[in-house]
Amino acid sequence: MVPVFFAYFALVSVAAGVLTVALKHPVHCGLALLALLLHVSGLFVLLNAEFLWAVQVIVYAGAILVLYLFVLMLLNLKTDERYLHPSYLYFLGPAALGSLYILFQLLRSPFVGAKGDAPAVAVLQDGNTIAVGVKMFGDYLLQFEIVGVFLLGAIIGAIVLAKTPKTLDE
Amino acid sequence: MVPLSAYVAVSAVLFMTGLLGVLIRRNFIIVLMAVEIMLNAANINLVAFSHHLESMAGQLVALFIIAIAAGEAAVGLAIIIVVFRGKISTNVDEMNLLKW
Repeated sequence: MVPVFFAYFALVSVAAGVLTVALKHPVHCGLALLALLLHVSGLFVLLNAEFLWAVQVIVYAGAILVLYLFVLMLLNLKTDERYLHPSYLYFLGPAALGSLYILFQLLRSPFVGAKGDAPAVAVLQDGNTIAVGVKMFGDYLLQFEIVGVFLLGAIIGAIVLAKTPKTLDE
Repeated sequence: MVPLSAYVAVSAVLFMTGLLGVLIRRNFIIVLMAVEIMLNAANINLVAFSHHLESMAGQLVALFIIAIAAGEAAVGLAIIIVVFRGKISTNVDEMNLLKW
């Protein structure tokens, strides 16, 4: 059953990614991006990462995408902009060749390496969320704090940038 | 059981799609969306290796990437609003105010 779900999630997410890049209307691109994010979260479930699935749905699909759609509607973009760069055909050939080469290399590599300390059986005993939490507030506490400070800076920066500029004559 | 290389292949294809989107699209908002596609491809890769190598580190880094993506989207969209307010267009070819 898992391969069937994997094939579904993988094919739909790739198709949604292509649509996001290829569709003309920006709102349609946003909706295709929504489909991509939800199906990528399905891939996370198949990989025993339930907490990441929830975060992906809540933060990406719930917050980031709403922000995108909000700005799209705020700006009221027209679709008559130039759609493709005039020289996009020059990019297409090298990109296709490069991705085929990378795919070929990926499919023939064995991916062996040292195993970590969290085998699937031990993680599933208490649940993925507990495992993530223990790791995050143990070994990754400093990184967690850094991300918090980064988000504070990003919020302040966004507010300062998007604020209506004050007129100079008081 | 799905092999790891299948996940890595999906991730590679998605990353190439996003890269192509950044290169060929002219609308700034669509370019930001293509960047989100690339970040998602990196996340798939990290979680797949985390599952395969039985370590939680990949999932933690993927979580931090999602937080960084949220900050990037907020600041990027604020920049779009500023540019749109002053310069009318969201076409990346017309944003050349800082060009020497």
